[in-house]
Amino acid sequence: MERRYLLGNEAIAHAAREVPVDFVCGYPGTPSSEVVDTLRVHPDPGGYIEWSVNEKVALENAIGASWCGLRALCTMKHVGLNVAADPLMTSAYTGVRGGLVIMSADDPFAHSSQNEQDSRVYAQFARVPCLDPSSVQEAHDMMRDAFALSEDTALPVIFRPTTRVCHSKSDVVLGEMKTEHRAGAFEKDARQFVVIPAHTRLLHKALNEKQPGIRRLLIEKGYNHFEIKGKKAVITGGIAASYVREVLPEGISLMVIGAYPIDDEWLSSFISRHKEVLVIEELAPVIEVQVRELSGTVPVYGKKTGHVPFEGEFSPLAVEKFLISAGFLEKNIFPEPRQPDEVPMRPPILCAGCMHRSAMYAIRRIFPDSVYPSDIGCYTLGLQMGTVDTTICMGASITIGSGMAHSNTGKPVVCTIGDSTFLHSGITGLLNAVYNGADMVVIILDNRVTAMTGHQPNPVTGLTATGIGSPPVSLEAICRSCGAAFVETASPHAITQFLEVLKAARDKTGVRVIIARQPCVISDRRAGVKRKPYIVDTEACTGCAACIRFGCPAIVFEEEKARITDLCSGCGVCAEICPSGAIRKEVRK
Amino acid sequence: MNCRFDVLVVGIGGQGTVLASNILGEACVIEGIPVRGAETHGMAQRGGSVESHIRIGSTFGPLISPGSADLLIAFDLLEGFRARHFLRDGAPLVTSRSLVVPTSVYARSLPVPEESGIISALMGTRLCVVDAAGIASRAGSPLAQNVVMLGAASVYLPLSYEALLEAVRRTVPEKTRSLNEKAFEMGRDAGCNP
Ligand code: SF4
Ligand code: SF4
Repeated sequence: MERRYLLGNEAIAHAAREVPVDFVCGYPGTPSSEVVDTLRVHPDPGGYIEWSVNEKVALENAIGASWCGLRALCTMKHVGLNVAADPLMTSAYTGVRGGLVIMSADDPFAHSSQNEQDSRVYAQFARVPCLDPSSVQEAHDMMRDAFALSEDTALPVIFRPTTRVCHSKSDVVLGEMKTEHRAGAFEKDARQFVVIPAHTRLLHKALNEKQPGIRRLLIEKGYNHFEIKGKKAVITGGIAASYVREVLPEGISLMVIGAYPIDDEWLSSFISRHKEVLVIEELAPVIEVQVRELSGTVPVYGKKTGHVPFEGEFSPLAVEKFLISAGFLEKNIFPEPRQPDEVPMRPPILCAGCMHRSAMYAIRRIFPDSVYPSDIGCYTLGLQMGTVDTTICMGASITIGSGMAHSNTGKPVVCTIGDSTFLHSGITGLLNAVYNGADMVVIILDNRVTAMTGHQPNPVTGLTATGIGSPPVSLEAICRSCGAAFVETASPHAITQFLEVLKAARDKTGVRVIIARQPCVISDRRAGVKRKPYIVDTEACTGCAACIRFGCPAIVFEEEKARITDLCSGCGVCAEICPSGAIRKEVRK
Repeated sequence: MNCRFDVLVVGIGGQGTVLASNILGEACVIEGIPVRGAETHGMAQRGGSVESHIRIGSTFGPLISPGSADLLIAFDLLEGFRARHFLRDGAPLVTSRSLVVPTSVYARSLPVPEESGIISALMGTRLCVVDAAGIASRAGSPLAQNVVMLGAASVYLPLSYEALLEAVRRTVPEKTRSLNEKAFEMGRDAGCNP
């Protein structure tokens, strides 16, 4: 036993090693990525670890391992579970052999996501158990115990921490890491693993029959618990429970839900001992719907009554307001906060010298007045440059684009997608676009790494998750084998040449692919690549601000002249943009 | 010890707010005090505003409520100004003098914020402005600014000097240990008076 101050995801990773987990896979996605990242850089990684190319691939790999009897962990962000939904739904029918835990990290407030979907609803849909921790310590303990729960129920278990658990820190009590890994063995059983109609009908029935036992088991395990203190009760779950505990006045009962499905009888006996109930949970009204079903004449306050919102994340202050509005708290606990001061925004921006900026700049120049479907990655920040018109989900740049190309808008369609996203789910879209004769330009922004989520390697990087060499896949070969006739590669740092390639593409028809290749500046810096910074010759600078409009954060404007700060990473693009030739490489004597 | 003390550390992605949180958290572990924290990860880190909440002595959730922070540490003057509403009345703001102008200012042609302007707008806040960049360079590396700032703020913290210094040692990369110890001590001598 050891007490350490850890990030939620680090504590979760540690817990998996205490089991020990034998097989780990996943696809990076905020807020889930640090679990695999922590495990994979450990000097002795223990079991098998991979970054898979997408979440469906990852989950199917994990199911394969579990069917061989291994304890398998598969991590992703909530929207990744949409991609993995196909194997998820039917793996509940087939069940598991070795414990299988699917970590699907939810992101209330969409800090770093395209939506605010709630993985608890998926668990309900698939009819598998779901664990929802309210603190880092609980996340650790739940992850440690989830594999046994999976084996006890013979079902995959969804573990659903939210951003404020994954990216929270806490002092945590850790157990010993274990090293007794299992060896896999696959015992064939077609009635379990081959879901032809005759088998699957029976498996579905068996899954439904398991449910009451699971509900009771979760109560016995103590994940769901309560304390009776009065005639009013708050029912809460997940991270919201920690906010409720901070502000709940004396004399109000508290029920905390940490695991689903919730047992009806147990829940209704709690409700019936109270005169009023307030349900406080982030996102979907999962607890609330069940409470309403069982509440009889007891009034229930929550989302349906407008006391609690359906969206966003909560905080102690937000919970205080819910309690006051429902009459559970008389007066404010927190001071009425002063208005935040008017301060210019500082949104995230592309790094100084990021190739996405130069690529987007070139796209705007060669393809003005076009439609720009884009995708998910650092380059989504190209929104600030006006070259991102759509972003919906992973891989959807090419497919939304081909749909638009077939819609006769009269505007060129120029889409952008990153290397990792292309490999995740862009290839099928490209294949489809070529097959069906779309007229569009596809620009693959290939910076050799999955940058946005923390620089994870992917099949173009040349390394696996654990740092073993693997042959970097050729994007050119993939695109050509999808049938694309125009496939050109150029670096957006060599901006003049890159503009020429875009022009050549503009003058052709059909699906034209440009691979914009230049390593991410952060990975370059970590690899020790050094480029001389650039400086502005203040004599020659006319103050036209062309470089400022380019938007590199290393360029500032002072006294009507540009100046380059020490953020410069020496990409050289501003020097080519400056119409007066005032920017040049620094020469140190 | 069951005192509760909420510290908010703000800055710009890449300035090391996460390391600051790790040092404070480690110091709590050394002293046997419970601690909770929350921080910004993912895309928001790319040069955007970031914040680390550190709740010393807390066993609740990780978020500090506006108007109730006991100490605000800012690695950038403008970020300190942005987060001022988190402070409870009379609580101190320890801020670096350095100021990175957000690109949004140029993009929208807004007035460029300046040190003197921000400092006068902060009138009424208990303020300690630290020349973190200068001190860090004198300690041996501009990268140690975050540790300088922690040193400067340490006089307000309910954590012992020894625990904090030990936490610095345990948390920073081994090669930079003595440099960071020095940065911490020089920060502490920077003249913030509780
Ligand atoms: S991390 Fe890499 S890809 Fe992302 S903005 Fe920075 S340079 Fe660009
Ligand atoms: S060379 Fe110019 S564009 Fe490139 S990083 Fe430096 S200042 Fe920015």
